[in-house]
Amino acid sequence: MFGKLTWDAIPLHEPIAWITGLIVILVILAVLGWITIKGWWPYLWGEWITSTDHKRIGVMYIVLALVMLVRGFADAIMMRAQQSLAIGASQGYLPPEHYDQIFTAHGTIMIFFMAMPFVIGLMNFVVPLQLGVRDVAFPTMNNVSFWLTASGALLVNVSLVIGEFARTGWLAFPPLSEKAFSPGVGVDYYLVALQIAGVGTVLTGVNFVTTILKIRAPGMSYMRMPIFCWTALATNLLILAAFPVLTATLALLMLDRYLGFHFFTNTGGGNSMLYMNLIWVWGHPEVYILALPAFGIFSEVAATFSGKPLFGYRSMVFATLAICIISFCVWLHHFFTMGAGADVNAVFGIASMIIAVPTGVKIFNWLFTMYGGRVRFTVPMHYLIGFMITFAIGGMTGVLLAIPPVDFLVHNSLFLVAHFHNVIIGLVVFGVMAGYTYWFPKAFGFTLDERIGKAIFWCWFIGFYLAWMPEYALGFMGATRRLQHISDPSWTPYLTVALIGAVVILLGIVLTAVQLIYSIRTRDRRRDITGDPWDGRTLEWLTLSPPPHFNFAVLPDVHGEEAYWTRKLTAIREERLIEEPKYEDIEMPLNTPTGVICAFFASICGFAVIWHIWWLAILGLIGAFAIFVWYAWRDEHEHIIPAEEVARIEGERRRIRGELLKTLTMPA
Amino acid sequence: MSASEAAAVGLTHGASEDTGLGHRGPESKSIVVPYGFWLFVLSDIVLFSALFATYASLAHATDGGPASNQLFDRSLVAIETVALLLSSFVCGLAMIAAKRRNMVWTQVWLFVTGALGAVFLAIELYEFAHMISIGAGPQRSAFLSSFFTLVGCHGAHVTAGLMWIGTMMAQVWAKGFRPHIIRRLLCLSIFWHALDIIWVAIFTIVYLIGTLP
Repeated sequence: MFGKLTWDAIPLHEPIAWITGLIVILVILAVLGWITIKGWWPYLWGEWITSTDHKRIGVMYIVLALVMLVRGFADAIMMRAQQSLAIGASQGYLPPEHYDQIFTAHGTIMIFFMAMPFVIGLMNFVVPLQLGVRDVAFPTMNNVSFWLTASGALLVNVSLVIGEFARTGWLAFPPLSEKAFSPGVGVDYYLVALQIAGVGTVLTGVNFVTTILKIRAPGMSYMRMPIFCWTALATNLLILAAFPVLTATLALLMLDRYLGFHFFTNTGGGNSMLYMNLIWVWGHPEVYILALPAFGIFSEVAATFSGKPLFGYRSMVFATLAICIISFCVWLHHFFTMGAGADVNAVFGIASMIIAVPTGVKIFNWLFTMYGGRVRFTVPMHYLIGFMITFAIGGMTGVLLAIPPVDFLVHNSLFLVAHFHNVIIGLVVFGVMAGYTYWFPKAFGFTLDERIGKAIFWCWFIGFYLAWMPEYALGFMGATRRLQHISDPSWTPYLTVALIGAVVILLGIVLTAVQLIYSIRTRDRRRDITGDPWDGRTLEWLTLSPPPHFNFAVLPDVHGEEAYWTRKLTAIREERLIEEPKYEDIEMPLNTPTGVICAFFASICGFAVIWHIWWLAILGLIGAFAIFVWYAWRDEHEHIIPAEEVARIEGERRRIRGELLKTLTMPA
Repeated sequence: MSASEAAAVGLTHGASEDTGLGHRGPESKSIVVPYGFWLFVLSDIVLFSALFATYASLAHATDGGPASNQLFDRSLVAIETVALLLSSFVCGLAMIAAKRRNMVWTQVWLFVTGALGAVFLAIELYEFAHMISIGAGPQRSAFLSSFFTLVGCHGAHVTAGLMWIGTMMAQVWAKGFRPHIIRRLLCLSIFWHALDIIWVAIFTIVYLIGTLP
């Protein structure tokens, strides 16, 4: 009846797991209870959970990312503590089978459920606004994507209290991840959660490529799109081309585990190196799926806070697309040690070095954007400068690793781990934190506290160097990754510094929560009245903060590369706003519970597959199909916002903008 | 300031100069929906390319078991192929009937499309059952694992297509030829033709090359 699921699945023998699980459950119950007491459910259901508004969906993605950041970081600091304690005679506090689950969960959660939702959330919020349109191409599918991602995150976290998580590392390499060596449900949790979230991500790719290529404001030709939209386009093209490979690869491993196939097994002619190739054909583009939007964010930040157009717009576009293509030609550098031979390794080593060239072009473009500009040292600008320094170091160690003979020495060492944390933290985390600070006022109508924001930056910046520079050194000294026990006591000082670094980052994460609460409480004196708090250059700053449901009363006409900046200068020069247009009714998509119900059935089905409860899995599939047919049968697709309502909202915006205009003068 | 001067400095609406691709604002739904669906189909083809690559690298990993030229029956595959290609042609006829708002013929041709798809699927299932019965199931060797997965994944897509055809027949019947129903029919036909493209590749790489002496 319940497949493999028995009471033994609750890990009562592991106090750390069940006490954490208990606390998490209590916190969730407390939050749900609070919402019930306050009577917020109708609001949450009607305005957020079922929302097809790209801005709301974007915010939900980022909330998911921030929660998962806390979960992933809890894993990180547990690992650091274990490595600092388990030296020499001491065994630390985490037994190997638990430690192995923690490093797997850390990598899986940080990449799939922290970094991915964060960049997708920012793209969701920003791209339609920057393109000057009212929503993405497929608003309902957007909601479905989000809830499928959340469903995957849910399953990964359920493994904390029911059963176990994978002990294989974040990419579940066979033959270790095969049934013979990982007989438990841990790898199944990993596979099923990523399959469900992966479907959501592919749908996001379809949605955004269609939006960017087919739905733009009049006059916005390709070479007038903001760079963030270009990087979003490149990222979503990569998603379309790479994520299906991940789906296929994980499906093959599932067939091995569930039905006894022989793709990657040691017997029956299987070949585990095939898995390495397939997973990294997805895995390397994935690096750029995360990196490119961060490049885009920094491009927007650099131009805005330097008060200059981005230096070398065209070269930035070409560099983005070059990275997009070359990222598919380098996957083998993740396993030079496979033994493919000197020729193959040389080809992939050279390709990996070549990809540093367009990346270098970008760094110079940001530097020259700042050069000669009136630079304002705001929080996002701190992240930009911190990123350029940190990322240059990470890039150089990356080029080092791209040299096959060097890679043979440091393969799977802490040097490698330090390298990818160097680029992921220095680029992706700094990037999304800059974007979060930069676009927060647009989403909520007030700015985040600047002083605490700078403190958060310094925590991440200093914490990163303390935590990861010692690991580079340890890697050279021969420390391999994923060590549960350290046998050489001479490494203690390095590990202690690394632990201190992790604590500094912890302080940064705590401050992020403090900043949010403090900024909400003092929001009345940090209101963004005008909708343009940073003197921006792209179309999202044309709207009020937060923007109305329909974003733009009439789609803006785009003249020139910096649509909003051009318009602002024209208004200042002519000392008047654009002519008042004739307002028309606006059709907006209806909200729908399709996404959340579909994700509910997907979660049920996924859980059932993990525990071999086949009848429940079939019920889940039928439920998911039924909800789609139900949705397809609807007769009303859109609701109308009447022209008078549009005129009223837009009239208010014009009044505010008219007053703002009186205070503006032509920039020098 | 005259109207043309105001337009020239960007103070009026709807005066953007012609800038080439995508210059006139958002495309209509009749463009956007099939375009998005095409992208999805392309991503599906990428998924198949991973399975083709897997098949290509494991095709000789028979582990002492049967090899491809001992297993496949060209004449059976020929019937399968004819059924599937014919169903694609009939699907085209259904689209023409839908364009002419002809309910009866739309239903008839959609039914025939589905029926031919079912014939294809039945032959495939027979082939699978036969192979498993002679001890050449997917657990036998890596080669057979990759064969069953590649061909079976295509079969699963055909099954999904059959469910979709059934749903669309019901929907056309209940709702008539509304614009969004027509768009869905268009997406369905894109999907169905894409399955043909995949099958042509399977036919060539798996069955033709696999039955070389």
